[in-house]
Amino acid sequence: MSLSTQPNDPRRDDDITQPTLGALGMLRFAWRQLTSMRTALFLLLLLAVAALPGSIFPQRSINVVRTTEWIAQHETAGPILDRLGFFEVYASPWFAAIYLLLFVSLVGCVLPRSKVHWKAMRSQPPRAPKRLERLAAHESVTLDGSPEEVLEDVRGALRSGRFRTHSHDDTTVSAEKGYLKETGNLLFHLSLIGVILGVAFGHLFGWKGDVILPVGQTFANTAARFDTLSPGPLVDPADFTPFTMKLTRFDAQFERDVKGKGQFGSPRDFTAYVDFQKAPGAKVEKKVIRVNGPLETGGGTAFLLGNGYAPHITVKDAQGNVTYSDATPFLAQDNNYTSVGAVKVAGAGPAGKQLGFAGLFLPTAVLDKQGPHSIFPDALEPALALSAFEGTLFPGGRPQSVYSLDTSGMTQLKNKEGTDLLRIWLTPGQTYTLPGGQGTITFDGVERFAGISIRNDPGKELTLVSALAALLGLILSLTIRRRRVFVRVAPAEQQGRTVVSVGGLAKDDDEGMDELLDDVLTRLKERRT
Amino acid sequence: MTHENLATYANLSLYSAMAVLTLSMLGYAGYLAGLLPSRDAAGESSDENATVTAGDRELVAAAGGGSAPGSSVAERSTPSAAPDAEVPLRARKAGGIAQTLALLGTVLLFASAALRGASVERWPLGNMFEFGVAAALFTMVVFVVSGLRRDLRWLGVFVVAPVLILLGLANTVWYTEAAELMPSLKSVWLIIHVTVATISVGLFAVGFVIAALYLAKDHFGTGGGGPRVLRALPEPRVLERLAYGLHIIAFPLWTFTVIAGAIWARQAWGSYWNWDPKEVWTFIIWVVYAAYLHARVTRGWRRQAATWVAVAGFACIIINYAVVNVYFVGQHSYSGL
Ligand code: HEM
Repeated sequence: MSLSTQPNDPRRDDDITQPTLGALGMLRFAWRQLTSMRTALFLLLLLAVAALPGSIFPQRSINVVRTTEWIAQHETAGPILDRLGFFEVYASPWFAAIYLLLFVSLVGCVLPRSKVHWKAMRSQPPRAPKRLERLAAHESVTLDGSPEEVLEDVRGALRSGRFRTHSHDDTTVSAEKGYLKETGNLLFHLSLIGVILGVAFGHLFGWKGDVILPVGQTFANTAARFDTLSPGPLVDPADFTPFTMKLTRFDAQFERDVKGKGQFGSPRDFTAYVDFQKAPGAKVEKKVIRVNGPLETGGGTAFLLGNGYAPHITVKDAQGNVTYSDATPFLAQDNNYTSVGAVKVAGAGPAGKQLGFAGLFLPTAVLDKQGPHSIFPDALEPALALSAFEGTLFPGGRPQSVYSLDTSGMTQLKNKEGTDLLRIWLTPGQTYTLPGGQGTITFDGVERFAGISIRNDPGKELTLVSALAALLGLILSLTIRRRRVFVRVAPAEQQGRTVVSVGGLAKDDDEGMDELLDDVLTRLKERRT
Repeated sequence: MTHENLATYANLSLYSAMAVLTLSMLGYAGYLAGLLPSRDAAGESSDENATVTAGDRELVAAAGGGSAPGSSVAERSTPSAAPDAEVPLRARKAGGIAQTLALLGTVLLFASAALRGASVERWPLGNMFEFGVAAALFTMVVFVVSGLRRDLRWLGVFVVAPVLILLGLANTVWYTEAAELMPSLKSVWLIIHVTVATISVGLFAVGFVIAALYLAKDHFGTGGGGPRVLRALPEPRVLERLAYGLHIIAFPLWTFTVIAGAIWARQAWGSYWNWDPKEVWTFIIWVVYAAYLHARVTRGWRRQAATWVAVAGFACIIINYAVVNVYFVGQHSYSGL
């Protein structure tokens, strides 16, 4: 790839030189090694290998539950791999070490090259070699006219072929083109640094938060209102823009017509309708959020990333006082939305005990050998299948998931006869009277919820622009050829004629060089006639 | 909404394409077989240095003459007298029929994809079956289009055979009834991202086949060891150069695929990069091919070693489609949070 007449082409590795003794020498040696092409190649391959485990092992940043389960299932390997960072590959020190070294190498490689290229672009093509017939591609023709006349047309022919030309003496022309190749290559590598900076910026100043919003409820963009919130290290949640949105309607459609494998029951369309307010007291705007159509809020973008059912459940005590009444989200576990959830009645009952219910919501319920499950994702025949517990809901005040009960401080209720564990099966409108004067539980009806994720990434524009610049650079660098052509004229034996010799120099396997020389000669002949 | 007639025609068109391509493959095999005796003869009789002509871009050249080290200083090789004359008439006929059938098969594949798209009123790139058909289509397109610029009849059998295997897999293991898309796939970015990805897979595929032939031919040397069929192929240097030429078109397209995918991921999933298994492998593929381009110009790395990196890249592509799509748990279901 180097043009061999150019001395000291930095794109080639220098031969490994013996390090001179002393710390400085060692440092220099290390720097040379790091910025050598061979190291870059090694680091690239290493990066590919290092990225691999992240696709094999569950990743905490993607799915905490699966990760925890995996570690629990693999008693020996789990904790060891965990300590080695295999469940957080892309945030692990070794992954970071590889790409940081790669980028140091990149800077160390590209900056000096940029300087060399800057000079090369402003200097003249070098002197023609003595013997053009030694070059890989060469040709000669004899034309009418004096050497001076011919040489003038040679220059014209080369320039019309978009060469830059220079004559170091009266009988030769040196020409070069394709500087954009190197420009493109540098643009590509420098832009990769831009990509990394954009990613880093987004990581430091970006944030994301998720919230489950049942139809009819309102979300206000404050840190406390999120179910989960992960702000970047330099983000202050107090600065969030105070918009609100009320979910007024949620439409879901599932495949019913096509019965084939993997299609029946597949999701077809989800749309969330919200009443959006930029700030408290601002005008209410009607907006929709779709799966591929997020809502720009002005302080983060709201994405529709999930949905499910929130059965409205009411619990009353023996006196008929309402102790719990809420749309309670249940989380879907399979494609037919067999969903799990829990009801926690925090107020203490007669014996100072709290009540809790846990179980399944089934949008299209069946009860067969497999137990209760759903056979279609739409709410065609909804049912709740619950077990009931009494005791302490929050033993030791430990944090727990809203979708499951911590039953370590509770006992499960039995049926009226006391023969078996209590199983409650409710369809919309039904009420079940709990045994032992514990009151009643009612399944009032079912709403859908939208899983909304609000994200803000201030680095994404930089990343995108850099990536596109990298692409442009790449195309330039891969499609353009850097070529040098040298021409020498000499008087022919016949009076008034001139021998023109041309020779071309390019990358070692540039197939088109001969054609290029033909082209130059054709242009030249056209000018001579 | 599906139009079942159209879906049926799409399948008919696919079966016809497979039949036509099978015949085309046989034709290419006949062509190669016919090439062998003449190349053997040429190898014995002609000057050891007879190599490829640069002028007429004819790659069917006398085998036997190795690319001696150093001969890469592109000597203006003696233009061989119309190489086609060396090819026996029967082989030429078989090759010609194979070419025509390859073109017809490609058209039929295109028709199949288009009909399927029409039957579901969407872009026909929504599931494994459709990826398979499209990848086969684009591989054929790349082969046919590259064949316009230079004689690639020797390559036919090595491209059409894997394409047929791919179509067979798509038709049996991955077959999916025509239907609408999941909400997450309903986006113009599906058209942009997946189409470009599949085009670059087609380029990488043909590049890979040539790279593998290069490694095989290079391994057994040009002296004639190894399977006889290798003798019917162009010189290693030519093969290597051809493989590189395809890779440098495919790589920017793959880069674009990554960028377009990131833009889409941001719209559909809220974040432009999630390290989802599919993304991880797309990234790995990109890095491996970048390593190939580097290896090719790194001192101390021979072309053979660099080409192995490209082969590894294609192995990653196969894993990305055949393994990751099917077995890895990713962000592909929208049943709940
Ligand atoms: C983030 C890591 C890197 C990536 C993804 C990357 C990618 C690429 C790609 C795709 C090319 C092909 C363009 C072409 O062939 O002209 C290329 C070329 C090149 N890269 Fe890198 N590169 C990286 C790091 C480096 C580093 C650290 C160095 C220096 C040690 C380097 C030096 C070069 C050189 C000299 C070329 C030119 C090859 C030629 O002229 O054909 N790259 N790089």
